[in-house]
Formats: sequence, C-alpha cells, structure tokens
Amino acid sequence: MNASVHESKSGTAPLAPVRGATLRTRGGLSLRVDVRAALVGLALAVVALGMSVVLIGTGDFSMAPGDVVRTLFGGGTTIQDYIVNELRLPRVLVGLLVGASLGLAGALFQSVSRNPLGSPDVVGFGQGSAAGALTVIVLFQGGPNEVAAGAVAGGLLTGLGVYALAWRKGVHGYRLVLVGIGASAMLSAVNGYLLTKADLVDASRAMVWLTGSLGGRDWGQVVPLACVCAVVLPLVLGHARELRMLEMGDDSAYALGVRVERTRLVMVLGAVVLTAAATSAAGPVAFVALVAPQLARRLTRATGPNLLPAALMGAALLITADWAAQRLFGADQLPVGVVTGVLGGCYLLGLLLTERRAGRI
Amino acid sequence: MTLVSPVRAGTETATAPPPGRRAARRAAGLAASLGVLLVVAAASVAIGAKPITLGEVWHGLAHYSGSDTDVVVRDVRVPRTVLGLLVGAALGLAGAVIQALTRNPLADPGLLGLNAGASAAVVSAISFLGVTSLTGYVWFAFLGTAVASVLVYALGGSRGATPVRLALAGTAVYAALYGYVNAVELLDTAALDKMRFWTVGSLASANMTVVKQVAPFLVVGAVLALALGRSLNAVALGDDTARALGTRLGRTRLLAMAAVTLLCGAATAACGPIAFVGLMVPHVVRALTGPDLRWTLPYAAVLSPVLLLAADVIGRVVSRPSELQAGVVTTLIGGPVFIYLVRRRRMAQL
Repeated sequence: MNASVHESKSGTAPLAPVRGATLRTRGGLSLRVDVRAALVGLALAVVALGMSVVLIGTGDFSMAPGDVVRTLFGGGTTIQDYIVNELRLPRVLVGLLVGASLGLAGALFQSVSRNPLGSPDVVGFGQGSAAGALTVIVLFQGGPNEVAAGAVAGGLLTGLGVYALAWRKGVHGYRLVLVGIGASAMLSAVNGYLLTKADLVDASRAMVWLTGSLGGRDWGQVVPLACVCAVVLPLVLGHARELRMLEMGDDSAYALGVRVERTRLVMVLGAVVLTAAATSAAGPVAFVALVAPQLARRLTRATGPNLLPAALMGAALLITADWAAQRLFGADQLPVGVVTGVLGGCYLLGLLLTERRAGRI
Repeated sequence: MTLVSPVRAGTETATAPPPGRRAARRAAGLAASLGVLLVVAAASVAIGAKPITLGEVWHGLAHYSGSDTDVVVRDVRVPRTVLGLLVGAALGLAGAVIQALTRNPLADPGLLGLNAGASAAVVSAISFLGVTSLTGYVWFAFLGTAVASVLVYALGGSRGATPVRLALAGTAVYAALYGYVNAVELLDTAALDKMRFWTVGSLASANMTVVKQVAPFLVVGAVLALALGRSLNAVALGDDTARALGTRLGRTRLLAMAAVTLLCGAATAACGPIAFVGLMVPHVVRALTGPDLRWTLPYAAVLSPVLLLAADVIGRVVSRPSELQAGVVTTLIGGPVFIYLVRRRRMAQL
C-alpha cells in the first residue's frame, strides 16, 4: 500500500511504508499507523512472500529459491517456466489471497462482535458451506465450479440463519456463538449423512474439499478471488477508522460522528463476501480467520482491529501451513486444512486458558 | 450461573405438599413412562422394511421355528431394540449427570467433545492397528472418551464452570481431534469408508455380541449414576453448601466423571456418536419432575430410550427402503431444541 500515513502514536516519526498489494488511497484519506505495527506488517509480508518462493520451489521437481525468483521474472528454462508460472504460482497466489481474505474477515468479525472468538467458523459458516458443497458433490455430482457455488450459497444461508436466530433485540456475542454451535452440530449431522450416501470416490473427494485444500488450483481460481479482494479490501480498509471508533461502543462512536449502522453493515458484508470468496476458492480452511487476527494483535500490540496486519498474518499462516503439509506428508498427500485445523484447535485451547486466567470468560 | 435452579429446589421441598403424595405422583409418572417405553420398544421390533405383527413377534420370541420372520425378530429387531434401550438410557443418564455436575444446562457428551475423543481413538484403531470389528472398537472408544472427558473438564469446568467456557473447551478439543481424524481418513481411504458409517451413529449394525459386550459397562455406569443422585443434588447447591452438607466433593466429581465416561464410552462404542439425546431429555424431565436428581435420573433413564428408539423407528420409515441413521434423526430433532433453549433462557453471561 502506498498509503499515506504519517503520524505515529509514540511520536517517533515516519515509518517504513506498509506493504500490500491493492490498497489505493486517494482523495486525501489518511491512516494512522504506529511504528511497531508497520514493522510487524512489513515483517509478515516478507515472511509471506519468502514462504511463497520456498513453496513454489517445493515439490517433486524441487527448485532453489534463486531459480524460482529468476523464473518468476521470466528468466527460467521452458520447463521451469511451465512448472513455476503455470502449475505452482497460481496455487501460491490462491493461498496468499485466501489467507489474507480469511485473516481480514476474521479481524472484521471479531471487531464487530467485540468477541475474540467471533469468526465465520464459530458461527457455522464452515459447516454451512460444507453442507452446500456436499449437496452438490453427492446429490448432483457437480464439477468444481458448481461445488464452489454450492459452498458459497450454503455458507451464506447458514450465516444469515444463525444471525437471525441469535437476534433478540440485538445480537449478543455469546448467544451468537452458542446458536452457531447448535447449527454447526445439526449441519454436521446432515454432512455425515450425505457422506454415507456417496460412493467412496465421491466421499474421498468431498473429504478433501471439506478439509480445505490448495491442490490443483489454477488461474481460474486466482482471477475471481483477486477481483473480490481488489474491491473489498480498499472498501474495508477505508472504513478502518470508523471501525476502530465503533469498538468504543455505539454511543461514543455516534458522538464522534461515525455512522454506526452503516459502518457495521459494510464491515459485516465485507467479511462475509471475503469468506465466501475464499471458501469457494480453497474450501473451508479451518481456523485461519480465528487465529490470524489474534496473532497479529499480539505481535503489533496495537489497539483497534489491526486489519492489515491480520490480513498479512493470514497469508503468511496459510502459506506456511501449506508448506508444512507438503513437507511433513509429501506433495499433495494431505490438504492444508488438516494442518490449520489441528493448529487452530490447539490455539483455541490456549486462548481459552489465557482468557480464563484473565477472568474474561 | 445455575439454570438448574437450586434455589427453587430448596423452596420446593420446604413448601411441598405431603411428601408421600408427591412421591406417589412421581412414581406413577415413572410407571406411565415405562408404559410408553414398552410401546415404543414393541414398535421398534414391529416396524421396519418388513412389517411384523405383534403376534409374529411373540411367536419369534417364544416359539422360535427358524422361519424368516422369526430370524428377523430374533437376530435383527430384538438386538437392535435392546441396544437402543441400553444406549438410550446411558446417554440420558450421562447427560443428566454432566448437566448436574457442571451446573450447565447445555452440557452434552457430543457437544463436549467426548465423541471426538472416541472418534480419534477409533480411527487410530482402524487405520494403524487394523481393528475392524465393533467388538474391538469398544476399548478404543472408551479410552478416547476418557481422555477427552478429562481434557475438557480440566480446561472448561474444573472451577466455576460457565456454560460458554465448557462449550468452547468442547469445541476446541473437538476441532483439534477432528483435525487428526480428518488427516487419518484422508490418508487411508479404507478407514474413511468405515468411519463415515460409524460417525453418523446408528443402531443398524446391532447384534447380540455387541449388546453383551457393552452391557456390563452400561450397567455399572448406570448404577453408579443412579447412586449419585443424592450427592449431585447437594453439588447443585454450590460447592460451599455441598461441602457444608457433608458431601465429599472431590469423590463425587470423580465418581460422576467415571460414570459419564463408562456410559458415553460404551454407548459410543456400540453405535457411534449419537448427539443431543443427552442434552434434550434431561430438560424435558426437569420440566416433569423438578430438579431433584433422585427422580430426574430414573426418568431420564426411561425417557431417553423412548426418544432414541422413536428416532430409530422414524429413520426406518421416512426414507424407505433405505434408512436414516438414528444419530442423524436425533440431531435434527435436537438442534432446534438446543437453539430454542439458547434463545429462551437469559444466556447472557450464562
């Protein structure tokens, strides 16, 4: 982001510009970034890109990072060019975009619900999209595009349903979580049933999809996802200031001139669209949305929603998890969602313990 | 916060009508519930892909002649019904005990990640040790349930349990374990093939060997649970009061967890994870009997099999000639009830 920012909290001035792909700030918009957050963001971006290069070099045809970079800039042999630019680059780009979308969506969700556990996973979005995808796979034998559409539809419907059911003169954070748990349990029963109805080949295919995978992704997935990010990212980041004020409570935000309902609506819609796009590209990759914003916040130690660091953290996490999955289990043996799922569960346990020690839940 | 309302328990006993009459009414209710259970059990033997009249059922039981109908009755329907009775009772008792122990109306063995523990252990057994029989699963399911129950309880409930914390601890354990289960299933297609049928929870594969295998554990667990009613009543009043009344809290908790582990472990081993029976039935029962666990527990033990057998029968009827697994039906009924409870109660800060 060539953003324009120049006031640091500590007063120690100017900062390394924060890196990112798509943000354009025109029209005199200014963002505040403190030094630490900027440095953390930079470091995360470096990690994400570095791991991307390593990941491109990983596989049956392994390449040194130097070769990968040279090939990316058009200097490789024909074989290298094909493997890097046609086979592996799209996969890595999908990983980066999905990770960033999920991280950002998680940060938005947690900020809006003022709940560190608010994430699309917890409110049933994951199981809902799984149910949609399974329906398409098992009942209609659909191809990848139909599966993606079914997943998005299922996830959106579930999200809406949970939100509506949790609504009683406003949505209380914990009620939302509990209704989400109930809905997830029901949907997972439906999913289990659908799996028993499938033949074994479909069932394995469904399992891979359900876990969340980057395997076999090509430019066809990159382009729509990139378009969504290009639209939603600036929109959401442009509202970051309002979101930050919203965290002080609706009344204070009103008093400070924030259009509360509009901001909240934009943020929730943005989060849902990002999650849906990410799910349609890679399946419901577990827990990135929950964990990335939390880790980002711990690193930046900044108040507020930490949107950009969360997105960068998401990208770095997902790429690293994919690399770990390939290294640990061999190329394309296990999808990335297995690694994020196990790590995420452990992280949730840790979070529970610290929150409990702090007496917050 | 206690939604099981110990205060009301106290006042009710204080202002209750003559205890004899109350007890008589509750005993009559229990007898009526038993009657309902008998009817459902008879339906479970009679209804299915091959309808069987009650006369034929009797013939198959009393004068076994080896005809097709007799074989169906003896080797398919009766074991299935008996297993449903045992497992249903176990799940109901376990749910009631867990809810009392944690003072948490939303506690349920499935929600608390215990089933995930069983799944993780069973998938390991299938994939790494080559165990393929239900008889072999039992021990692993037990082990998994025990480990998961200790884990969830330590994380979420050991002191000042709140429903949210327990539910989240359960979710976290569930997530971590299911990540593992997924990984194994993805790497081992044969294990996936077995697990996908085990996971939905069904009575369909019941046979007498399985019944005999799990029955001892279920019986021990049930006796333990029923014997704990009085101590758990005191626990519901709060730790301090319970201690003042002479309850040995540590022992009660330990025994209760042991009972839950025995009941859930055996039930899950016999027919896979069946969610929501343990959650729903105690709520229905408390509406009937009030919060006194000495009555709640026996009622739960009688009414839970009613629900499970009914779900099983419904599952056999709705998608003929194939079947909808009992675990799916109970969850589809239980999910809305759960959400209704969450909405109705003042769950804020639970």
